[in-house]
Amino acid sequence: MERVLGNNYGNQPIAKAKNMSNESVTARSIEELDSVVIRFVGDSGDGMQLTGTEFSKAVAKAGHGFVTHPDYPSEIRAPTGTLYGVSGYQIQYSSSQVFTSGDAPDVLVVMNPAALKTNLPDVKHGGILIVNSSAFTPGNLEKAKYESNPLTDGSLQGYRLYAIDISTLTANALADSGLGKKEVGMCKNYFSLGLMMCLYSRPVDKEITDIEKKFAKKPKIAAANTTALRAGYAYAEATEMFAVSYQMRESTPKPGKYRSITGNTASALGFVAASEISGVPLFIGSYPITPATEILQELSGFKHYNVTSFQAEDEIAGICSTIGAAYSGALGVTTTSGPGLALKTEAMGLAAILEIPMVIVDVQRAGPCTGIPTKTEQSDLLQAVYGRNGECPIPVIAANSPSDCFDAALEAFRIAVKYMTPVILLTEGGIGQAAEPWLIPDVASLPKMEVKYLTDPKGFQAYARDENLARAWVRPGTPGMEHRIGGLEKDALTGNISSEPLNHQIMCETRAAKVAGIAKDFPPLKVEGPAKGELLVIGWGSTYGAIAQAWQKANAAGKSVAFVHLRHLNPMPSDLGDIISRYKKVLVPETNLGQLSRLLRERYLRDVIQLNKIQGKPLKVAEIYDRILELC
Amino acid sequence: MMTDMTVATPIQALTKKDFESGLDVRWCPGCGDYAVLSQITKLMPKLGIPRENYAFVSGIGCSSRFPYYVNTYGLHSIHGRAPAIASGVKLANPDMSVWVVTGDGDALAIGGNHFIHAVRRNIGLKIILLNNRIYGLTKGQYSPTSEMGKKTKTTPLGNIDQPFSPVALALGAGATFAARCIDSDQAMMAAILERAAKHEGTAFVEILQNCVVFNDGAFDMLSDKATRDDTRMVMEHGKPLIFGKDRNKGIRLRGMDMEVVTIGENGVTAADILVHDENAAHSGLAFSLGQFESPNFPVPFGVFRDVDKPSYEALSKQLAESARAAKGRGDLQRLLNSGDTWTIK
Repeated sequence: MERVLGNNYGNQPIAKAKNMSNESVTARSIEELDSVVIRFVGDSGDGMQLTGTEFSKAVAKAGHGFVTHPDYPSEIRAPTGTLYGVSGYQIQYSSSQVFTSGDAPDVLVVMNPAALKTNLPDVKHGGILIVNSSAFTPGNLEKAKYESNPLTDGSLQGYRLYAIDISTLTANALADSGLGKKEVGMCKNYFSLGLMMCLYSRPVDKEITDIEKKFAKKPKIAAANTTALRAGYAYAEATEMFAVSYQMRESTPKPGKYRSITGNTASALGFVAASEISGVPLFIGSYPITPATEILQELSGFKHYNVTSFQAEDEIAGICSTIGAAYSGALGVTTTSGPGLALKTEAMGLAAILEIPMVIVDVQRAGPCTGIPTKTEQSDLLQAVYGRNGECPIPVIAANSPSDCFDAALEAFRIAVKYMTPVILLTEGGIGQAAEPWLIPDVASLPKMEVKYLTDPKGFQAYARDENLARAWVRPGTPGMEHRIGGLEKDALTGNISSEPLNHQIMCETRAAKVAGIAKDFPPLKVEGPAKGELLVIGWGSTYGAIAQAWQKANAAGKSVAFVHLRHLNPMPSDLGDIISRYKKVLVPETNLGQLSRLLRERYLRDVIQLNKIQGKPLKVAEIYDRILELC
Repeated sequence: MMTDMTVATPIQALTKKDFESGLDVRWCPGCGDYAVLSQITKLMPKLGIPRENYAFVSGIGCSSRFPYYVNTYGLHSIHGRAPAIASGVKLANPDMSVWVVTGDGDALAIGGNHFIHAVRRNIGLKIILLNNRIYGLTKGQYSPTSEMGKKTKTTPLGNIDQPFSPVALALGAGATFAARCIDSDQAMMAAILERAAKHEGTAFVEILQNCVVFNDGAFDMLSDKATRDDTRMVMEHGKPLIFGKDRNKGIRLRGMDMEVVTIGENGVTAADILVHDENAAHSGLAFSLGQFESPNFPVPFGVFRDVDKPSYEALSKQLAESARAAKGRGDLQRLLNSGDTWTIK
């Protein structure tokens, strides 16, 4: 399946987009944009995730490509106005390819002083600040550790500041709504959404339908939010404050049906797809953990498919119930994040020595230990590849974007059932919870997945192997094939307990060879740029977008730089060594302290140059681009 | 889920021997586990379940070697996790008769969490806990059921951990079937195991089991013919809780508490004795009985509680059926197309 990077959509005529205009409104110039990065920030209770999501939906419906990055604190409702309680949602959308949620916001929509304080350093010089001035009270300023009001003290001179009394304007608009003060206050995110939709030439009618659907059971709230949305739109339209509106430039669309999808939803759909394509029931045994929980939640709602969901008592029971189900012939999946993967370690060893197929998803987050649960990181790679007792090889693959999780989930199961092995699928918080448009695949176009159970007891040996070194999958309940296996080392053929020295060596080597052999199925790596030269950039996981864009820029600037991105981390693709040897330098950008770098050095006896960022944030295009320029 | 079971073996023709795997049994000579193995393999052909529809799942410990010796599907897994693994086996294939054989360390120490949650869910597992009140496989450390003051390799000055009563723990977790027996009384064990096997949902059976090497004689007082009538109490549903050589001691309810009384003394008559009710609406009395300890109380044997509640697997199946009835069988293309979509022409 092709991943849609080219957010190549058509544009809407200005007249249609501005359907709320009336003739009398002051004429305003329209500025055409190629791309824009907008960040909505406020208290974790201000509804910024909702505003961001709704804005991205409006952008999507206009046919623009986008990538989002939700960034929120661990506290569900941190004390209001505090610096650590700030929640944000960033979106980049464009007329051409969108690779990331953007390095620096062009526009910051700010609901309170704390949000301004924590986000201003990221905003582009000269960028637009749309600020809810009513929240800039002495109390809130103090909480944000401002000595004077930045809206009036001149400190924001380098930006285009629009201080708008959003709270009061919302309250005025809702004076007749019959709602209480608190409920009115909660509508201000829709006011700011309306304002942004006007400024960026997005129609609001679809949004109103969505509000009516979303608050169907609370018609009063629906009406209030609609009013706030319209008021925000009308305000932006009427006020002379904004001299320009923005219009995204036109581009060539790739036809088809799209939806906005997060990585966790895409993973869930990928697992259902694996089940439907193979005709084998899906079992998920998991324990909730940020930022992986949504996969369990999604699958729990798919019981009308062939899906059994089991919220286990802990991480260990999550994987163990999955092992039990997989042993019984189901497609078993367990989902977690770093600390949970650590807890599942021993059971992964059991799955490996039992040689049963299953998938373990690690939606990585900032560690170590509990770390920063809501922030993204790529720091479980070594844990995934090596973190078990004994010689315990397990295949590891990684998704590189939200929609790519669908393909990765399918591939994980394909490897698992073909080779009778647990497979670790690494995604990241920054993929799992971020959204992008997805060209919905035609089910008929998905490659088939064949699952065979052995049912013929004639000559059955539990650990006899096929040409891929995979043993047979035998479902309990199959007559005449009753057998006993477990976590003890076993005879290479019968599977009975064996602590015979040579047999153990054979088993360790066979398990290693089986996993190494998976590489023969990998397609040749796709190298972007010159086939040999000065510099090769190697990435994995979510850094795909930032590296691709940095590479594109460097390539356009005439630099001798190539780029390759790894889906398969264990085993590694067999052509990678040869590719590496064709470049003088190798650069490995990662959001950890150099885990892929270590693997590459170990594997290819080749030094690599590390580019590491470990701040719970994605790598920026500029950070990678600058390093490329330094190196070639 | 996968329910297309093929019934091929002529069930009636099966005997105890058909359920023995033929592997050398590697428990110490004289170990109480032999008696349990013998009773379970004897019971299996009687249950009318094809051999291939049994699965035995275990963790780590002496008792956890059990699956190797039974000629059925078997999974010898990792320490403490058998109830979780067995839950997956049962959910993926509810037609299987799934047995967990575990020990006091495996089920109550490292696996305590899985144990209580399996019991809480009432998932259709037969959990057989062989309680020898010691760690055997690691050669003699105290376990969660070792008595206070006991000297072991890791309690050279005596144990200061309060022990669990496995039955009380299971009842506290909401067990719908909880029973206790002892390795030396095979007739009682056979009867209890048969009832456990036929119970819907989780059936928990604690079997007091003598470890000849590291805790020999731990249950002598309960098994010796000379003492056992006074130290144990065999409970029968609908009958008064009476024990003693002369069948004149019994349990009387005093307020919310229980006390041992002697019929014919201090005006106590047979009518004062509490009648055992396995099906009581609440498990309070069974829970109290589960905490009885020597020497002040007799150790109760038999079925503490046996109530009907839907099993987890039945509810899980029901959920799927009602979801399908409400939404229709899921269609993958429709699922992929769900959510907010837009079309580019």
